This record gives sequence, structure tokens and C-alpha cells, in this order.
Amino acid sequence: MANTAPSTSIALPDDPNVRGDIALEDPVEGREALVRGDRDFHYITEAVCRGNEAPLLKTPSSFVFGLLLAFAGFLLFGGYVGWLFWEGPGLWGNNNPVSWAWDIVNFVFWVGIGHAGTLISAILYLFRQKWRMGVNRYAEAMTIFAVICAASCVVLHTGRIWLDYFLFPIPNQMQLWPNFRSPLEWDVFAVNTYFTVSLLFWFTGLVPDFATLRDRATVKWRQLFYGALALGWRGSARHWVTYEKAYQILAAFSAPLVLSVHSVVSFDFAVSQLPGWHTTIFPPYFVAGAIFGGFAMVQNLILPARAWLGLKDIITIHHIENMNKIILLTGSLVGYAYGMEFFVAAYSGNEYEGFTFINRGFGPYWWAYWIMISCNVLSPQVFWFRKARTNVWVSFIVAALVNTGMWFERFVICVTSLHRDALPSSWEYFVPRTEVLFLAGTFGLFLFLFLLFVRFFPVIAISEVKTILPQANPHWEGYGHAKGGH
Amino acid sequence: MSTKFGLLAEYENPAQLYAACERVRDAGYTKWDACSPFAVHGLDRAMGLKPSTLPWWVLGIGVAGSIFMFFFQIWSMVYAYPFVLAGKPLFSIPAYVPCWYEATVLSACLTAFFGNWALSGLPRYHHPAFSSKSFARVTDDKFFIMIERRDPQFDQAAAEALLKDTGASSVEELED
Repeated sequence: MANTAPSTSIALPDDPNVRGDIALEDPVEGREALVRGDRDFHYITEAVCRGNEAPLLKTPSSFVFGLLLAFAGFLLFGGYVGWLFWEGPGLWGNNNPVSWAWDIVNFVFWVGIGHAGTLISAILYLFRQKWRMGVNRYAEAMTIFAVICAASCVVLHTGRIWLDYFLFPIPNQMQLWPNFRSPLEWDVFAVNTYFTVSLLFWFTGLVPDFATLRDRATVKWRQLFYGALALGWRGSARHWVTYEKAYQILAAFSAPLVLSVHSVVSFDFAVSQLPGWHTTIFPPYFVAGAIFGGFAMVQNLILPARAWLGLKDIITIHHIENMNKIILLTGSLVGYAYGMEFFVAAYSGNEYEGFTFINRGFGPYWWAYWIMISCNVLSPQVFWFRKARTNVWVSFIVAALVNTGMWFERFVICVTSLHRDALPSSWEYFVPRTEVLFLAGTFGLFLFLFLLFVRFFPVIAISEVKTILPQANPHWEGYGHAKGGH
Repeated sequence: MSTKFGLLAEYENPAQLYAACERVRDAGYTKWDACSPFAVHGLDRAMGLKPSTLPWWVLGIGVAGSIFMFFFQIWSMVYAYPFVLAGKPLFSIPAYVPCWYEATVLSACLTAFFGNWALSGLPRYHHPAFSSKSFARVTDDKFFIMIERRDPQFDQAAAEALLKDTGASSVEELED
């Protein structure tokens, strides 16, 4: 072990359920091995496929319970959608100045969560951050499911849902086209492109791993299921050349997508004339917030999963710490943006702008504002301490707080800016009616899809993690040679 | 009557595969392939493979999609159904940028995705290598080289000797 982690002073225990949680000293030279223990290729295959290959009837009862719970949430979502179809958005507490409330809050919340997955899969890939290999599949799946939830919110908020095809440039009998100069149409393009590209990227990464599951399948349905998904992949070097190029191209296009999608979402607000929305800081502030909230969601999903699936050797505390550092950075950026909004409102000398911000912090919705500040700006500050960054419980709790805070951030932006209209006679306080069920339903949808993913798809990018083992280097000479790597 | 497809040699690690590929390349074979559970770094050079043509497809179709979307927006906003909304000019490049950009990304990424499989001849229902039992571990931890019979300089005995000499743990014949 000493040769893969050259300057390790702590001897790691042999228990794989404990080993991954121990934080190592930062080595003076060399780097900590990304996969702990002297692991071979076969171990990676086994560790990841084990969960997928358990016979259906022998699925652990705790998992079945979780799946049923998520399915109940999914049914709630379906039922709520039916009710919404029947009744229309009158179910919601939206009123005259507050025409955008939880429908858009939930949309921005979910679409923001997706961004961490794309950042991990694309930007960290382009920057050659090899630790990403352990977590990218998981985070990409989270992206896909979060964008599905976001899309469902935005599709359902239009009211007459059966006319949603108006959003797309489809030739029609009225010879009308969508208004390409409108931020709402930009949103349609941005979210659809984002979803499509994320899905293609995810599937491309999955194909070699589906082939692994296909080749190991012992039952007919699994051979057919994974066989169809694997597209006849045989690991040919001639295919890998094109495959890696395609992967790079998809990463190169996804990287600016991370920045553009939430920028476009922020244009929905920033391009309007409303005080509190009409600000140039919105695009970078939204992007930082999206990555911040997304990483918190990755943590909340991955911390239980790595323990439950026994993957602590592949997703070590080193990964958790890295993601906590990103949470600290983006959380501080978001905090800076909150401060800067106030500063600009004061400095502009515009009394409407000034009023909106004073009203945010001290008006009727003061509680939402201060929940946002304490969850988003204060709670991640514990990550300045390495002890906190490398503790799984602290990471989980802070991530949960950040998720709460990021939901409230969108609530604060949407609702507080709207509820004090330019015309004081229309001022009104927004109180949600049945929206809680809508939010709970989207969580049910998200978790249901996610648990199905965990059960049937490889949660770790098997073929990518193998490349970061030292013996994957064609010039590696064996564990006896300490400097076998590059 | 079954015909023979070629020879399949099995290797234990990427280092052996890499060295063996250099030997097979230098022996002048053209109809041959290496298979591995992951992309072995630098193997394309060891095999003497040409870079993929995929980027050119992506560039071409991406640019075409981009140009199409730009002019489509002009046509639909200015000519097909001119309609002033929010006081914005009908022809407004800044307002066209987001959809223009997204359409460019979408066309390029769809090309990268479908081009990737198309250039590799996938999806494919069957391949002779799958008839080998040991080949099932190609997606796990084993590495393979196959030399096909239709290679112009294929000679059963010489190819088998070469593969054995490169340290293959086993060499077997593949049915077509």
C-alpha cells in the first residue's frame, strides 16, 4: 500500500467499510491513491456490479422499503398532476402580484441541482481532475433526474398544459412561430438542449459498463436488457479512439452549457423590469448558486450510497473533501453576490431598488431571507476546517442545510420581489395552498428514478475508474516499483 | 460448414497488450484489433491508428446547424410573421443569441453522439469474438488482440507464433 500512497504516515485498516472514511495527511510529494487498497481491475468490476446483479427477489428489504417510499412519492406526483389537469393552477396560492411562486421556485431549484453533475462530468474532465471518475456517473444521473423534475414543473406551470407544444418551433396551421426574442423561449431551448446533451453524455459513458454487465449476465432478461443497451460494444481499440474523441467533444460542449443554462434561467428574471430582478449580477450569481446547490445534492445522495453499497474504497473521504471545498467556494461566491446585490441597490440611489432589498431582509418575508443567509452563507463556513470537511456527518448535515437554503433563495428571489408591486394597492402576501404536495411529488419522482438507477445501472463509471488504477498505465511495472506511474 | 474468422490472443495486463500491439503493428498486419476493458492510454499509437474523423463531422454539422438557426430566426421573426413584442426590434442579434447558441450545441452534440456509434459500426448484433468464452472478460480485466484471416498477409502459423511470442497467455481460433 505504501507505494501507491508514497507519503502516507497513517496505516489504513483492512476493513473496507472504515478505510474510506479516514482522512490521510496531505502528502508532501506524490498523491494519495484515488482507489484505496491494492485493488485490481476485477475488484472494480465486482464492487460495482454486485449491487446490480443481486437477483430481483433477493433485493435487500431496506432497499425495497426505500423504493416503495419513493414510489409513494411518485404516485403523489402523478395524482397531483392529475388534479392540476382537472382544476388548473387555481390550486396554487399564486395571486395577482405574485404570479410566479412555487412552480418557478421548484423549477429553478431542480434545474440548478443538475449543474453539479455537468460540472463534474464535463469541466472536471477537461481539467483532468481524476478524482471525478469515482463520482461522475452518480452525479450525471442526478443531473438527468433533476432536469426531468425541473421540466415537469415548468411544463405544468403553463396552465393549459395541452398547448405546451406552442413552445416549440413546430410548423402549424396558424403559421406562427415562437418568439425567439423572449427569455422564456430561450429557456425552452436551454433546458431542452441541456437535458438532451446530458442524456447523450450519460449514455455514452454507460455503454462500456452496460457491456460489462452484459458479459457477466447469468439470466436471460439481464442478457437481453444489458445486451440491447450495450449496442454490441466489445472494447475495440479502434472504437475507443472515436469514443474518447466523442467523449471529449461532448465534455467540451457541456462545459459552456453549465454556464449558459442557468444564465438563461436567470435571464427570465434579469431581462424583466422588476426591481430585485433587473440586475446584471444575476447570471454569474445563478450559476454559482446552481453549482453550490448541486454539489450539496450530490453529497446528500452519495454519502448514504457509498456506505450502503460498500463503495468507500472508490468514493473515499478525499472525494467528499474535494466536493466540500467546492461547496465552500461556491457558497462564499453566493454570499458575495447577496452582499453585492445590497450594495448595488444602495449605491444606485434608486429608491425602488433600495426598497426591494430592505424589504427582502426586513419585510414580511424576513424569515425566508434569513433562512437563506444562514443556510447558504453561514453553514458552509465550517468547511474552512479540515476536520469538518472530512467528517461524513458534518458533510451530510451541511449539504442538507444548503439544499434547504438554495430552495429558499429561489423563493426569496421569486416571491419577495413580486409581492410588493409598483402599485401599493395590489400589494399582497403570498401563502402556498397545495404546492407542498407538488414539491414533495417532485422529490418522489426524483428519488424513485434515482433508486431504480442505483438498482439497475452501474453507479460508478467502471471503465473510467479502471484507468486511474496505477496498473492501467501501459508502462507500469508492478507494485514492487514505487515510481511505476508517470 | 463454419468458416474461421481469425486468431484471438489473451493478455493479462495493459503493459503486455501495449508491447504486443507494437509488435503486431510492426509485423505489418492491417486487419487486426485490440480489445480492452478501458481505453489504454497511448494504445492508438502502439497500434498505428489514425486519429478519428469524428471532429470534422461535428464541426461541419455544428456549423451547419448554427447557420440554419441564425437564418431561421431572422426568417421567422422578421419575414414569416413579424410581430412586435415587448418593444424589441424584429431583427435583433443579441436577442437571437441564446437560441442560436443552444441550437449550435445541440446539433454538434447529436453529431458527436450518433457519429461515434456510426463510425464504429455500432450498434452491432454479433461479432465473431463473442463466440469465445474467454472474451467475456474483455469488459472486466483481460486484454485481447485479434488478427483476422482476411488480412492480406495472414498466415496461420506465423501469426500464431508472433502472438505466442508476445507473451499471450492463450491463443485460440475464432469461428466466424
